[in-house]
Amino acid sequence: MFNDRTAKFLLLAALVICVGGAFAPNWIVNQFMFGFSRALAILGLMVLWRTGLVSFGHAFYFGLGAYAVAILDSKLGVSDVFLRLIAGVVVAGVAGFLIGFIMRNYRDIFFAMLNTAISMVLFGIVVKTESLGSTDGFAISASTIFGASPETKYPLFVIITLVSLTAALAVNFYLKTTFGKLTTAIRDNEIRVEYLGFSVAHAIHLKYSMSAILAGGAGALMAMSLGQVDPESMINWTVSGELVFITIMAGPGSVIAPFIGSLVFEVLRTYAFELAPQAWQLIMGAAFLTIIFFLPGGIWSLIEKLGGKKNEK
Amino acid sequence: METFLTILLDGLQFSSYLFIVSAGLTIIFGVMKILNVAHGSFYAWGAYTSAFFIGKFSDMGLPDALGFLIIVAAAIVVGVILGFIIEQGILKHMYERDEVLIVLATFGLFLILEDIILIAFGTDPYFAYQPMALLESVELGGITRDVYGITLIGVAAVVAVGCWWLLNKTKWGTLLKAVIFDREMGISMGINVPLVYTLTFIGGAILGGLGGAYIAPTISVAPGLGAEVIVLSFAVVVVGGMGSIAGAAIGSLIIGLLRAIAVHEVPQVELFVVFAVMAVVLVFRPEGLFAPAKPRKI
Repeated sequence: MFNDRTAKFLLLAALVICVGGAFAPNWIVNQFMFGFSRALAILGLMVLWRTGLVSFGHAFYFGLGAYAVAILDSKLGVSDVFLRLIAGVVVAGVAGFLIGFIMRNYRDIFFAMLNTAISMVLFGIVVKTESLGSTDGFAISASTIFGASPETKYPLFVIITLVSLTAALAVNFYLKTTFGKLTTAIRDNEIRVEYLGFSVAHAIHLKYSMSAILAGGAGALMAMSLGQVDPESMINWTVSGELVFITIMAGPGSVIAPFIGSLVFEVLRTYAFELAPQAWQLIMGAAFLTIIFFLPGGIWSLIEKLGGKKNEK
Repeated sequence: METFLTILLDGLQFSSYLFIVSAGLTIIFGVMKILNVAHGSFYAWGAYTSAFFIGKFSDMGLPDALGFLIIVAAAIVVGVILGFIIEQGILKHMYERDEVLIVLATFGLFLILEDIILIAFGTDPYFAYQPMALLESVELGGITRDVYGITLIGVAAVVAVGCWWLLNKTKWGTLLKAVIFDREMGISMGINVPLVYTLTFIGGAILGGLGGAYIAPTISVAPGLGAEVIVLSFAVVVVGGMGSIAGAAIGSLIIGLLRAIAVHEVPQVELFVVFAVMAVVLVFRPEGLFAPAKPRKI
């Protein structure tokens, strides 16, 4: 598991980022926290994308994770960072597993649309329910770690980095197993996969549940790093669009890609917003179209090209 | 009785504008197999353009009745310009690519168009009440209604009949149906499919623009308009069956009436109801409630 390049790189990156974060200015720490939280969701979407599936509704799981944290906080006063994360993951995971029974029979735009529908159902419920914070959402109290309340954001930053990179390691490992390799196989030819003796439905169900778990964790971490949840920025279909956007921009080539993609997204958004507050979506949209047209493998394919043969394992 | 009438009229009005917008979406999907997220932007552009010029003309002291002309002109101008640029500039080069990737490209276009609206029209809402004020209101079975809202139902009916006539009674309709049924066969029969695509896309865009332009006087035209309407029209075309005009009509009636009932009786479920119906339909009839049977091609 630890003897391939990607895994080594992830371990090294975790070390460098955690140490570097101690000396980095606050805004960089923030960008990394948001970027890495989101990257967790992108990991899951990347697995689906490799399988040929695009979900235009994963904000559903992202939102479930975030709202699990918010509700634990406001109703029960739970502030421990791990309890919150587990809550987000479990809620989204169970939902994903159950919905997966339906979802595994859908492909293409029907898959995308059914996910959109389900996420918008949640959006509709949250927006109109006073006890769920309605359109204002909740503010979330600072997270504690085993009872201790840290003074800076650094400990949370380290936890987010470690959690997301560990997840990346796990996904990397998974993609190398036979079941993991069924991703591109299913995209290329489902019937042949069935002939080989594998159940496509089972494989998709598993990948779907995985993506839900990852998106739930991402939502929980995002809620904690932002300190705030609201339906517009957590559950609306535009959030799902954003997640897909980063997935395509990053490219399906490696589990490192989602991290690079999310960081690029954060930086692009911050700068685009500062340069032209009314045109940041325009810049993002144009960047997105450029990538769809000229870089079908995403940013990762650029890195692969630059790295040349060195990156070949 | 009065509540019933209010719900019915509200529902019909809501269905009407949903139908106009969704008809455009469904025509584009039916012919080109493109699920066009940027359709929401056509709607928003139509709304902004008509609201802007209605306000301008009114400031210049021109008669308010010109507003109706502006509405139609705004829809056509928006549809032709945006439709042409997008189809020729972007989509034409993507027809060979994956369906889902085209959806994503239209999402990118949606983001771009949303921001051009902000740059062109600013963030302040526009109110173009003049055409609505001009038509005043009537008493109907004990309730007062704006005549303008009722004409909306008429416009939707005209659009529906127009589409039906175009598809079933003209040579163009026959060509369209041939392309929908089998694109390659159409090409080999000498149909100019690229031209059919361009015109279809422009036609769909005009309908999207018309929905926005006509509804503009009744709402405050503010940012975020397109994002809301596009998911609603997705719900409509999914419920009715993608690619079918009759499906769009039935879908918008179902969604429109359900939403009106929800707004008046149980406002908490207003949005929930729309998408719950969409999800249920997708689960039990993925092709939509009234999708025509598809021929199996080998």
